[in-house]
Amino acid sequence: MTEEVAIIGVGYTAASPVTPEVSYREMIYEAAVKAYQDAHVKPKDIKSFVCLSEDFHEGTSIFDEYVPDQLGAVLKPVHTVTGDGIHGLIEATMHIQTGLMDVVAVEAHSKASNILTPFHIMAFATDPVYNQPLKMHPYYIAGLEMNRFLLETGNTREHCAMVVQKNRQNALDNPVAAYGAQVAPDDVLQSRPLFAPLSKLDTSLHADGAVVMVLASAKRARELSDHPIWVKGIGWCSDSPSLENRDWAQAVYARLAGDAAYRMAGIRNPREEIDLAEIDDTFSYKELQHMEALRLCREGEAGLLLEEGTADLDGDLPINPSGGTLGTGFLYEASGLYRVLELVLQLRGEAGKRQLAHVNTGLAFSWRGIPTTSGAAIVVSNN
Amino acid sequence: MGIKLTERPQAQASGMETLEFKGTALSDEEFKGGKVVTVSGAPNAQYGWDAGVAIGRFLHELKEGRLIGTFCRSCNRIMVPPRMFCEWCFRNTDEWAPLKDTGVVNTFSLCYVTWDMKRLKEPEMPAVIEIDGASPGMGIMHLLGEVDPKKVQIGMKVRAVWKPADEREGAITDIKYFKPM
Ligand SMILES: [Zn+2]
Repeated sequence: MTEEVAIIGVGYTAASPVTPEVSYREMIYEAAVKAYQDAHVKPKDIKSFVCLSEDFHEGTSIFDEYVPDQLGAVLKPVHTVTGDGIHGLIEATMHIQTGLMDVVAVEAHSKASNILTPFHIMAFATDPVYNQPLKMHPYYIAGLEMNRFLLETGNTREHCAMVVQKNRQNALDNPVAAYGAQVAPDDVLQSRPLFAPLSKLDTSLHADGAVVMVLASAKRARELSDHPIWVKGIGWCSDSPSLENRDWAQAVYARLAGDAAYRMAGIRNPREEIDLAEIDDTFSYKELQHMEALRLCREGEAGLLLEEGTADLDGDLPINPSGGTLGTGFLYEASGLYRVLELVLQLRGEAGKRQLAHVNTGLAFSWRGIPTTSGAAIVVSNN
Repeated sequence: MGIKLTERPQAQASGMETLEFKGTALSDEEFKGGKVVTVSGAPNAQYGWDAGVAIGRFLHELKEGRLIGTFCRSCNRIMVPPRMFCEWCFRNTDEWAPLKDTGVVNTFSLCYVTWDMKRLKEPEMPAVIEIDGASPGMGIMHLLGEVDPKKVQIGMKVRAVWKPADEREGAITDIKYFKPM
């Protein structure tokens, strides 16, 4: 990268199915205070604030107007990106690389529990002419994709069930995760079919939470932080939105976003050079699909990695040691920041009971969820 | 052939020349009558926003017929509506601050149309009321009532007119309006 950028502070609230005790402002404030403390900065040191939100998820039009107070960003440059949290990190990285800003904060949150009609909102994101009149629960899109993905790659429902088992188990050791549980593959296979082949336990559950991260230029990072986590590569990509013509088997958006990030980071062999990966697993099969797209294994071999235990905490390439979205919860725009949060904690050696040994380089990848074909990738390193 | 912005055609005293436009003219009736193909739909978007600490207490106090703010020791402001953190000092606020239900009109407008643009003979009168006991510039957004629109002034002293206790529900509308003192 032209100008080096590092993540120098993280602040977060634990993901939770409901958070009636705090307003979204109070929840974000908690994450911001912790992030600034962690980064040894005051709001006055932060030159720009990047937020992630969707008006329909908040229930307020032009929601980006409501973010300055709780971030200490009153009368500061503030803007919102409609995308996942990793898109926000990418935006902040580019802000710093312009040379105009040396310290930038990124914020994303979820008050999923406040959305009373979440699947209506989600369905409202499908095409109003071709798709909405069919009046389907929008998760049918995951069912369609899972079916085609399994057929073309040879991965199986059993492999998907192993993803659920691994991630919910990992979440048990993550105090930030809302849905830690011991789930046997059979429990997944026997759970209620929802959008077959997708079953209830293949599906992540919503959670509330907020994450704030502080990024800085190399100079400021070295001044402020004892353990900067360097942004080595970034990439993001959107496929055509059409349900009628999209590639239902492969996550092409993930392939291209990942390749861009690897190229920038100088990574030629991700399987060997990435020590841990936090990648989207909003639905069980998505983890397998994204593993293959992100070249963490060969096509059709994601399930094999699960069978061999390679993706486990004590495996050669741990995937979603945090518990992923299945274990942490689906947190809308904040999902990607919870993935990166785990990388930061692991690469600093602060991951507690689930701390991995000998990890230096991590990959995070987020998907924007149903019905999108957008993803963002980031490679970070502790050296 | 385009027209340069600096050379706009001027209407002549003798009347404008007739301009011919390409295309097909469509009337309002033709749109409404379905002659123009459109696809209609509406979102089903419903929310239950968590009030949290600050808003929760504010609404509770409204139900009791009272206004409350919070105090920041650092900038010495008493803020209303209350918040659990000061957006200037970026620190937790220190105390709850009970306030009066009187104040001063900071600014107002006389609105002769409703939100959906229906004419009103008697205007609606939104106003920002700086609440007595709170710091200058700290007010709540509400309506004025029991006052001749011609007599409303910036700086006017006003008092809250509350709904009866058994009709209050913990909402900003527990105050019906503010009227001159
Ligand atoms: Zn203050």
